[in-house]
Amino acid sequence: MTQRAALSTTGQRPSTAMSLLLKGSPILAVILALLLGALIIAAVGVSPLAAYQAMVKGAFGSPRALTQASLRAVPLLLISLGLVLAFRSRIWNIGAEGQLYMGAWAAALFALSFPDLPPALMLMGLLLVGFAGGALWGLVPALLRAYLGANEIVTSLLLNYVAIFWVSYQVRLPMKDPTSFLPQSAVLPASASLPVLPGTRLHMGVILGLILVPAIAFILWKTPLGYRLRVVGSNPNAARFAGINVPLHIIIVMVISGGLAGIAGMIEVAGVHHRLIQDISPGFGFTAIVVALLGQLHPAGALLAAYFFASLVIGADSMQRIVGLPVALTEVIQALVVLFVLASEAFRRRVRRVVG
Amino acid sequence: MSWDSLLQTAFIISLITSGIRLAVPVLLAVLGEIITERAGVQNLGLEGIMALGAFAGFAAAFTTGSGIIGLLAGVLAGMLLGLLMGYFAVTLKVNQVIAGISLVLLGQGSANFFYRQIFGVSQRPPRIAGLPEVPIPFLADIPYLGGILFRHNIAVYFTVLLVVIVWVLLFGTTWGLKVRAVGEHPSAADTSGVDVAGIRYACTILGAAFAGLGGAVLSVAQMKLFTENMVAGRGWIAIALVIFSRWHPGLALAGAVLFGLADALQFRFQALGFEAVPYEFLLMLPYILTIVVLLAGGRRGAAPAALGIPYEKE
Amino acid sequence: MTALVEMRGITKRFPGVLANDHVDFVLEAGEIHALLGENGAGKTTLMNILYGLYQPDEGVIYVKGKPAIIHSPHDAIQLGIGMVHQHFQLVPTFSVAENIVLGLPSRREPFLESRRQVHQRIAEVSRAYGLTVDPSCPVWQLSVGEQQRVEILKALYRGATVLILDEPTAVLTPQECERLFDTLLALVQSGKSVIFISHKLDEVMAISHRVTVLRDGRVVGTARTQDISKQELARMMVGREMRPIEKPPAAPAGPVIELHDIWAHDDRGLPALRSVSLQVHAGEILGIAGVDGNGQAELEEVLTGLRRPSRGRYLLAGQNVTHASARELFAAGLAHIPADRNRFGMVADMTLAENSILGMEGQPPFTRLGMLRYREMEGHCSRLIHEYDIRAPGPAAFAGTLSGGNAQKLILAREISRRPKALVAAQPTRGLDIGATEYVRRKLLEQRQRGCAVLLISTELEEILALSDRIAVIYEGQIVGMVDPACVDIEQLGLMMAGAVKEVCELPPRMPAGPEGNPIEGRRP
Repeated sequence: MTQRAALSTTGQRPSTAMSLLLKGSPILAVILALLLGALIIAAVGVSPLAAYQAMVKGAFGSPRALTQASLRAVPLLLISLGLVLAFRSRIWNIGAEGQLYMGAWAAALFALSFPDLPPALMLMGLLLVGFAGGALWGLVPALLRAYLGANEIVTSLLLNYVAIFWVSYQVRLPMKDPTSFLPQSAVLPASASLPVLPGTRLHMGVILGLILVPAIAFILWKTPLGYRLRVVGSNPNAARFAGINVPLHIIIVMVISGGLAGIAGMIEVAGVHHRLIQDISPGFGFTAIVVALLGQLHPAGALLAAYFFASLVIGADSMQRIVGLPVALTEVIQALVVLFVLASEAFRRRVRRVVG
Repeated sequence: MSWDSLLQTAFIISLITSGIRLAVPVLLAVLGEIITERAGVQNLGLEGIMALGAFAGFAAAFTTGSGIIGLLAGVLAGMLLGLLMGYFAVTLKVNQVIAGISLVLLGQGSANFFYRQIFGVSQRPPRIAGLPEVPIPFLADIPYLGGILFRHNIAVYFTVLLVVIVWVLLFGTTWGLKVRAVGEHPSAADTSGVDVAGIRYACTILGAAFAGLGGAVLSVAQMKLFTENMVAGRGWIAIALVIFSRWHPGLALAGAVLFGLADALQFRFQALGFEAVPYEFLLMLPYILTIVVLLAGGRRGAAPAALGIPYEKE
Repeated sequence: MTALVEMRGITKRFPGVLANDHVDFVLEAGEIHALLGENGAGKTTLMNILYGLYQPDEGVIYVKGKPAIIHSPHDAIQLGIGMVHQHFQLVPTFSVAENIVLGLPSRREPFLESRRQVHQRIAEVSRAYGLTVDPSCPVWQLSVGEQQRVEILKALYRGATVLILDEPTAVLTPQECERLFDTLLALVQSGKSVIFISHKLDEVMAISHRVTVLRDGRVVGTARTQDISKQELARMMVGREMRPIEKPPAAPAGPVIELHDIWAHDDRGLPALRSVSLQVHAGEILGIAGVDGNGQAELEEVLTGLRRPSRGRYLLAGQNVTHASARELFAAGLAHIPADRNRFGMVADMTLAENSILGMEGQPPFTRLGMLRYREMEGHCSRLIHEYDIRAPGPAAFAGTLSGGNAQKLILAREISRRPKALVAAQPTRGLDIGATEYVRRKLLEQRQRGCAVLLISTELEEILALSDRIAVIYEGQIVGMVDPACVDIEQLGLMMAGAVKEVCELPPRMPAGPEGNPIEGRRP
């Protein structure tokens, strides 16, 4: 179903009335989730109106808020773009969190090991090393799935914990900044700071994300690789029939999606914190799953959904300050959004069956 | 501390004892998921169900002062999420992987939200009494073995009993025969007069109830408090152990105890300040062990044939 | 005689199809009533309604004169109705006994009864009707004929007085059919009634007391079998004469597909192909005859690179392709019409245009400079739709919206458009209506005329006989004989398919001027 919706936006022109309906459903799901969220807020004795007002104001009320949301959206977008590829191939990579940590660690290690590199080389190196860190971590479940048949959902998820503990260890002992009491690495050299767009606080990651949206769409719909990935995802038997090397494609997809998560980690290190810290990600890898699904597994959809969820979190911060509601509410709303997207898809399938 | 002290009997006994105790929450989730998956529904939401069960159990135990009521609240919370999973998997027939992942978010998010809202954030989180230790008369006095097996809280005994009950339920009853048929070949079950949707709903709710109980045992009987992310991947480990167990309660017991021992070892080493290995590596141990065990379980050969596939009448 | 089951004005609509249109059907006590019609006539739908799997949109059902509401198979079983489906509804990992008692209350509720007790009761029923089978044996180990016996036993064990059999002979050898017919007669003698769904005239004439003919979801007529001729039934069933296929003489050239001593295992790791050797020459159709499940699926997979042979040599146009992948075989000039077209041949949620280049997506003209070219794809697809008269809205439609016949035509069109040297066609007309069947068969003959080597795997004996230039009979993974369709006798062929006779009519290769005219295959070590 999602494939249909997505196809319709790239100019392959399936029926128009239906595709309009399809595009409407994520918005409907968001509205329903927010309504149900309001009920929960009311149930704990807070005015939903006041809560959402604080949220909207916090997310959209100032240029600063818009900047913050954009920066917050970058890792979500990068990871979810990789997940769009993965989920469309029906490879369930839920290890992006760990892949992000490994990308972040690799990038920090690189920057601290070669502090004297000229900025251009440093940035190229960071991009490469960040990608490699995430890609290698994604390669593990890919190989286990492709050649040993191990369920990648479970293995990729369990590896998250290993990666998180690995980074904890690195910032506590080998990479620890000796001048600090906190478990964190030394500050990265200035050359490893991502350039900022003139006049703003937006770093280069924003541009990278915006470039990658059409790039991923291009791969999916304009290249034989994308064609094959879609066949693998929609009908693995047909893929075998057509002589598509399924294990190879599992590996390609996991390397790309792990790599993009790794770059997200690199950006958090080089663009935001300027050092490796213990909790480098507040669960970007998991939120990105929801982003990809809400975006109907379409790159442009992922862009919108990433910004929406980033605003939701930024808004929730001020909601917590003003009306005292815990930020965890955003997690509930995210889950409800996915459930409503799923439900609306199921209902639509039913309608289609009845209409014929 | 030295290597010698590790090999002392007292240490080993306490290690095994707490290994068994730590295995309980995971074992409950594994048993539940075995029932669910035997009926052909894959519920990946265990991590979230356990989180909500842990919160509900803690909250109920805190309010009523009764650990048992806490456990029951965990069961209830699990059943609620199980019903939701059943609705999406059986009635709406959506992709079960996605539904399961959203259940994780929903369970974790609502547990954290309600905890913060009700109990707030403080340096000294509220604690509860937990469950009393119930030594079994005579047996508890057997040297070594008595301490390991017969000096536990009631949840431990009950869980071991559940292993046997689930075993009999699946392989010794007419209902179990129906469950297995629904998971292997739903249309054959349907044409034999079995209510496929009903069985799948029942198994999904029952399985989630087990996971909810597992979460409640974690907060009520073991930690005696609630913290965010206290489930710490146990729900996912349970899913891996289901595969390792080849969908059989007997092997589930073995897998869960193995996990419990790794967890206990990690705790003990940390508590003893064992410096030779950084504690983060010890923390990794259960997760890595689970992956290894998953690989040892082999391919999906023993999986119910219709696992994760919605049943559509043709 | 009294009406045991009466279905009045049954109507059932599916999206886009009127499967049953005010159907009246009456089953009398103690009769074998045949339900005759071609594929898609609505026979199975009607019986699924009687068995409670579907609810009718209109109409009423009476059982023993009383109105019956049948919401589920459970209700049907309560009313004494049992059904043996065409695709057996048995749990393969369960034993025979477990399958039989599945869903029934036990005498020790909630626990299962002891194995001994259940086996004993099953033995009683099986003795009464001559349905011998080992109750403790897992079903996946049983032959197809044995599984059918289990299905019948299962219905009888539940106290069925009405037994519905859906195309029960499709998977049996002629000899096994005889045995089934004996069972059915024994059942009727003991007071039970049988509804027998079939599209084969001969067996309807042979076994039934009365026959109801369905066409396009409507009843064409009901008659006593002894009062009606085969020709009349044929006309009622088809509505038009089926044109016999004209087959120009073969002009075979050199071998294109050569298998030498090929061995392979099935998914369970059991030997499935045992020393298969055969050759298919350019410009001929080699038919593989055999009862379903005798290694055809594995042979298809080995030939198309989806399964690795464990031993032996496979040459395609002289090139060694024993360990080639599916893609390499495609490149070497092999085309493949898969037996399970929904699973293998099509991607339901991609467009027809995208499906029309499946397997060719990386090649020019569909890909240039690393980019897919949708214009070329759509042009290609439009040409195929036009040429093969595929009923589809256009190249942008989704493949999942096609009917079975049109989907098969698209697969055929795609595979033939590659102008292959060799074509492996497995069950190419399974489930198609007569028009589409005829069309597909003519296209296969066209390929033969063009000089393509065609290997036809089919369980429809009639199709094998009509199309093949030579017939290889497969039994338990071995080629047990090579026969000439012109000189074969059906009885003999049936015995070979059942493994009773080997190499009846050894056929020399029709190799007019082949350079290496080695005598042909078909022999076991």
